[in-house]
Amino acid sequence: MQVNYYIYLSVALFCIGIVGVLTRRNAIIIFMCIELMLNAVNLLLVAFSKMHHFKNAAIDASAGSDGQLFVFFIMVVAAAEVSVGLAIIVMMYRNIHSVDINFLNRLKH
Amino acid sequence: MGVTPILFWILSVMALFSALMVITSKNPMHSVIWLIIVFFAISGHYLLLNAQFLAIVNIIVYAGAIMVLFLYVLMLMDLKKETEPQKNRWLKLAGAVAGGSLLLVLIAALKKADIANQIAETRTGDIGLIENLGKVLFNDYVVPFEISSILFLSAMVGAVVIGKKE
Amino acid sequence: MKNALELSYLVPLFPLIGFLIIGLGRKYLSKPLTGIIGCGVILASFLVSIWIFFDVKEGNSGVVDYFNFISAGSLKVPFSFQIDALSSLFLLIITGVGFLIHVYSVSYMHHESKEHFARYFSYLNLFVFSMLLLVMGGNFVILFIGWEGVGLCSYLLIGYWFKNTEYNYAARKAFVMNRIGDLAFLIAIFMIIAKVGSVNFADVFSAEALQKLSPSVTIITLLLFVGATGKSAQIPLYTWLPDAMAGPTPVSALIHAATMVTAGIYMIARSNLLYSLSDVTSNIVAYIGLATALLAATIALKQNDIKRVLAYSTVSQLGYMFLALGVGAYTAAVFHVMTHAFFKALLFLGSGSVIHAMSGEQDIRNMGGLSKKLKITFFTFTVGCIAIAGIPPFSGFFSKDAILLSAFEKNPILYGIALFTALLTAFYMFRLLFVTFTGKFRGTHEQEHHVHESPSLMTVPLIILAILSIIGGFVGIPEVFAAGGDKITEFLSPVIAKSAGHEVSHSTEYMLMGLSTGLVILTIVFAWFRFKNYQPKEEKGFGKVLENKWYVDELYDKVIANPLNKFAGFLNNFFERFIIDGIVNGVGRAVNYGSRQIRLLQSGQVGSYVLLMVLSILLLLVYQFFIKK
Repeated sequence: MQVNYYIYLSVALFCIGIVGVLTRRNAIIIFMCIELMLNAVNLLLVAFSKMHHFKNAAIDASAGSDGQLFVFFIMVVAAAEVSVGLAIIVMMYRNIHSVDINFLNRLKH
Repeated sequence: MGVTPILFWILSVMALFSALMVITSKNPMHSVIWLIIVFFAISGHYLLLNAQFLAIVNIIVYAGAIMVLFLYVLMLMDLKKETEPQKNRWLKLAGAVAGGSLLLVLIAALKKADIANQIAETRTGDIGLIENLGKVLFNDYVVPFEISSILFLSAMVGAVVIGKKE
Repeated sequence: MKNALELSYLVPLFPLIGFLIIGLGRKYLSKPLTGIIGCGVILASFLVSIWIFFDVKEGNSGVVDYFNFISAGSLKVPFSFQIDALSSLFLLIITGVGFLIHVYSVSYMHHESKEHFARYFSYLNLFVFSMLLLVMGGNFVILFIGWEGVGLCSYLLIGYWFKNTEYNYAARKAFVMNRIGDLAFLIAIFMIIAKVGSVNFADVFSAEALQKLSPSVTIITLLLFVGATGKSAQIPLYTWLPDAMAGPTPVSALIHAATMVTAGIYMIARSNLLYSLSDVTSNIVAYIGLATALLAATIALKQNDIKRVLAYSTVSQLGYMFLALGVGAYTAAVFHVMTHAFFKALLFLGSGSVIHAMSGEQDIRNMGGLSKKLKITFFTFTVGCIAIAGIPPFSGFFSKDAILLSAFEKNPILYGIALFTALLTAFYMFRLLFVTFTGKFRGTHEQEHHVHESPSLMTVPLIILAILSIIGGFVGIPEVFAAGGDKITEFLSPVIAKSAGHEVSHSTEYMLMGLSTGLVILTIVFAWFRFKNYQPKEEKGFGKVLENKWYVDELYDKVIANPLNKFAGFLNNFFERFIIDGIVNGVGRAVNYGSRQIRLLQSGQVGSYVLLMVLSILLLLVYQFFIKK
């Protein structure tokens, strides 16, 4: 499987995620689109790691493993980020009883 | 037409379609469901690439833990079908256009990349196995591993502190 | 024995040092000390000037370069002094008469406080310094520096008693009118630089330079003359001089009689080669000089302030000098500068003595009969009057006669008008003398008690100047009396080429002299009868016009000053407020507006933030991948 297919797939998913972030007003949905973007990147990283492994397997047995480990850490970070982010959203909901991001402009004051 | 390309295309279509449904669903619960399907598709891709560990972890962490968290929060917010008025139509259009152009630009830029025709090995390859990954993780990357535990600790504390009722 | 030329820098240096010491130390120096320093430096300059004079007489003239003042491209203006016959003669006049006036001032200003006394002397020393720079300068730029300097000191000294607003106006008027002339002067200098490439006198008056200049010499000389009218109070820039009498009397004597006002004469005499090339300008100079002389004389007939009569007399005599310059008798003009310095300074100092005796009264209608109590003043004043009237063998006769003769040669009509003006001169001067000193005293009793002769520091300079007024003419005895008697023409010949000689016959010359002298004596007798028992009465008709100076000041106000003020007001209200303030405020408003618009970016809308982020990344990618090759 040529890697460029994975690249296109990943880019498409990423851009869909961006469109989602720009288009939706619900903060939770936006958060989910961010997770979508992260996953797109993860996919690409894994694809690249396999590519490197394929290229360099003769030289170094664990040639592409850092790509996959990077994905592992991204997941770690994503988990932490989700927990904190959702806590914030819950707090926001408690204050203004809505998760509409347009109400966030009250941050200005 | 080998099995691999077919599987690849099925999984890709599933992922893309579900992603589109995520961003266009009116009901946020539906968006969550669609996102879970996206995660499954991505995990399928991982499996195709023989990244077994990551596939499982993806399901467990993302689809299992994170999405469940999202569901809890969504249910907390007693949201009827997105009742608030839609975002300004022009802004939505602008957003779509921006995203679309980004897509086009990236594809155009990456089309010419040198690595375009290199092979990503599928269905074989040892590095996705948990044993090998573990070896590399605990030999070379043990420090980030430990630090990530601290990260989790701080995230937990942060979440609790933020979420506390005054 | 050092060459006098090398030490010429001492001459302006002494007054400069005096200015600095007295000016900086004015709170600390006592009045006698200030007086000694102030007069001493001028005396020192005078002694060096004498030495230079004799050196130049031997033939030792030249240009002394000190340092490079301006060096811009191909234009090099050195700070240099030109010591030759013309400048050394002026040096003597400036430092000599200046010294006498300084001594006089010590007594005249003695009732000022310590600081103001010192301020006066520091200004006076600065003035002498500038005037010396003016006459010693080796090129037009140094001359101009001195020119500006004397204008400044004139302003400072006219407005010396600055608490009086009227005096400040007078000082300002003097400065502004000077400035108008200075503009013309500057343009002339620029043209000279453009044509010749240098401002040094030696270069500009050389044969090739004169050739280069000759197409535009009329404009240049005309512009230089306008500058001279500003400084030397000719039509149309003369009205500042009578108002300048607001300053202390010694200032009037030094600046507005003997030295600063003669700067214009000096400058034209120095540039005589240029003026000889342009007939048009020379004629204009002569006509304006004559017109001024006549106009001022008519005004002086009806003035009642003792100093104003003398001021108009100065304007009139300066007109004579310009007449002489205009007909090509440069030497006669310089000669008259010298004799005029003597008797005009004498007359002014004498009037100062009278004012001092009359406790500050300046209106001659309130004076009279002072001859008994102010004997020395009366005597010296009379000497001055006789000298200015031009009666032989007093100095005024010789110089004025030289001018009249040259005028006659050019055009008998000029001579006629000049002769008539001379008669007017005699008339108003002796009117002044008789009204002030003879007849009955018309002042208050208080003043009468106070009338006393001035102290010796004031009378001794009067006596010295009187002696000079008597014998000063003997350096210019015309050919008809004694062959080779015209020493001054001989002396000045390296600078001012001798003219071919008089074309009139000796008998004509005798006749002209006799005519003028006789008519003058008749005028004096007429004045005696008219004014010996003077009673003031109101002026009517033509007399009133003369008393109001032909309403020239009012004319200037109406035609020039008021429109300018209105124009300035218009510019202020419209141009300044709307346009310039508009632009400046507009910039502020634009910044305000722009910042308000930009502030909207900080909308707090998260969505727009993200949109912008995406757009920027998009642009970056496009740039990176597609534009940067």
